[in-house]
Amino acid sequence: MQDNLQSFSYKKLEQKSKYTNMFLRWFLYFVLILFASYFIFPLYVMVVTSLKTMEEIRQGTLLTWPSSLNFDSWLVAWGGRGYGAGDTFLRPYFWNSIKMVVPAVFFSTFIGAMTGYVLTKWRFKGDQWVFLFLLFGCFIPFQAILLPMARTLGTLGISNSVVGLVLVHTVYGIPFTTLFFRNYYISVPTELVKAARIDGAGFFKIFFKILLPISAPIIVVTVIWQFTQIWNDFLFGSTFSFGEAAPIQVALNNMVLSSTSIKEYNVDMASAIIAGIPTLIVYVLAGKYFIRGLTSGAVKG
Amino acid sequence: MKTLKIEELSKNFGTTEVLRKINLEIDEGNFLVLLGPSGCGKSTLLNIIAGLETINEGNVFIDDYNVSKVEPKDRNIAMVFQSYALYPSMNVMENMIFGLKQAKTSKEKIAEQLEKVSTFLQVDKLLERKPSQLSGGQRQRVAIGRALVREPRIFLFDEPLSNLDAKLRVEMRREIKKLHQQLKTTVVYVTHDQTEAMSLGTKIAIMNHGVIQQNETPENIYNKPSNTFVADFIGSPSMNLIRGRLIKNSNNISFLADDSSLEVPINNYDFKENSDLNNKEIYFGIRPEHIYFKKLNEDDFDINLRADLSEYIGHEQIVTLDYSNQEILAKFPSTIKIELEKEIKLYFDLAHISLFDLKTKERI
Repeated sequence: MQDNLQSFSYKKLEQKSKYTNMFLRWFLYFVLILFASYFIFPLYVMVVTSLKTMEEIRQGTLLTWPSSLNFDSWLVAWGGRGYGAGDTFLRPYFWNSIKMVVPAVFFSTFIGAMTGYVLTKWRFKGDQWVFLFLLFGCFIPFQAILLPMARTLGTLGISNSVVGLVLVHTVYGIPFTTLFFRNYYISVPTELVKAARIDGAGFFKIFFKILLPISAPIIVVTVIWQFTQIWNDFLFGSTFSFGEAAPIQVALNNMVLSSTSIKEYNVDMASAIIAGIPTLIVYVLAGKYFIRGLTSGAVKG
Repeated sequence: MKTLKIEELSKNFGTTEVLRKINLEIDEGNFLVLLGPSGCGKSTLLNIIAGLETINEGNVFIDDYNVSKVEPKDRNIAMVFQSYALYPSMNVMENMIFGLKQAKTSKEKIAEQLEKVSTFLQVDKLLERKPSQLSGGQRQRVAIGRALVREPRIFLFDEPLSNLDAKLRVEMRREIKKLHQQLKTTVVYVTHDQTEAMSLGTKIAIMNHGVIQQNETPENIYNKPSNTFVADFIGSPSMNLIRGRLIKNSNNISFLADDSSLEVPINNYDFKENSDLNNKEIYFGIRPEHIYFKKLNEDDFDINLRADLSEYIGHEQIVTLDYSNQEILAKFPSTIKIELEKEIKLYFDLAHISLFDLKTKERI
């Protein structure tokens, strides 16, 4: 009798918790889908708008699907309309940005790796102060260094040039890249360096032969970070360059804000997407190599 | 000629004194173990021998040649680390020959050495593997191999077994011993494990607070500890130190523990110095394994003690006894049945006692 009663109530409880669970699960999916659409919405509008003609944009709503796949506005955004004065298009500035971002990412990552290596494996008196000052560099707002940097670039004779921007971004990136590499190398046992020293390897040999080969995960992180930062930078680009030497973000701004003609929303949207594509590519490509624990097991059992 | 000689060596990290006036000598083919609790400076001393740490004062000689300012790679030493420190990106072969390649050794010589050492250590089948694909014992072997291929004058081991599990540790310990027996190399070995030290070393240097407490053969360290630190550090459980004083009259000398009226005759004890012994306050040191349940030697001193506690540990039991309000431990075979809370008749092996000055803690 007792048993029956109990099994009955258990059944009821089980039934109840089943319904509760089901409800919570559906609610969870509902919330997730809601947020996902919220975040995807702007991208959807951009892509859809870039594929419409001006006619369609005026007549339809933001969400209407384009009547046909029309890439004209993309071509215009990339290569212009072909007539002379006042025709701003992205192609030359895109290459400016590439010429700026590749060396800047390379140098800042490399220097950061070196500095991180020295700060963890070749400790010297006062090294924590050096690291502290470098950290401080992470917290200096961009705006604060505009004037002194402008002076420096002027003195060096590289203002309004891609080289100048490479320098600015390299210098400004070093605190971040150093922080990344320092935190990574601190977990690499110093015994590795000791062993290599006994084996007769010097400062650079240890760095290139022992540490760099196991740094892939942190290199990827640093490259993604630096690439995104530098590619998307507008402030330095607009301050230290103009006209021909401007990077793509500045050109995009000029293009969209040019008041010479009517607003071409489809071209604007296409341009914005073009300007965003490289960072996307870096994420997709580098993310693949973002493998954790490359050193796991190699050092301790 | 001494293979390794350390003279008046001192080392500070800032204001902390890590090593103080260390003097040490090793003959060719010896196995010296640096033993001590963590933070005693033993690893620092090893790093100094390797040249990985600088010296504040004193000198290090290898084969009578002052190497105090010589780079690690030019000291003709090799080192095996606790974490093995195998280069993660290189395979076993590259790991082992890295040092030879740095030293611009000829290709033939490298191949020959690699072949010899890898067969000797039975890692010749693993040459293509990465360190991450090896087991703990294999990594250990490769690390030793990396040291062996360079044919150094001195091998330095920095707690090489502490990362292994208990079973493997005993196995590898035996292998290192075998290795030393076969190759007759000079070794300096750092550990905090006394069993390792005892079983491996031909000499043991016990360190505490940056000072060498005693540097002798394992037998002497065990039987004649030079101070209470060594007496307490070596042995498990460690030596009983009973407080009391000496009583000396005309021909006889005996020990009287605090609060006790029982005089223990110690006429056969080999005192370092014979003067001024009467009423001297001392520690009477006797190891748990030298307290017997049965009379074994003619001179064994019989004594009645109350047993308070018995800990069974398999082949033996550790019994806590009360010696006039001082707690002492004794080790008996576990087959003996001990009645607790009762006085039992036991025997002190007086041939194996050690006496220490209560104030200086030094052996007398």
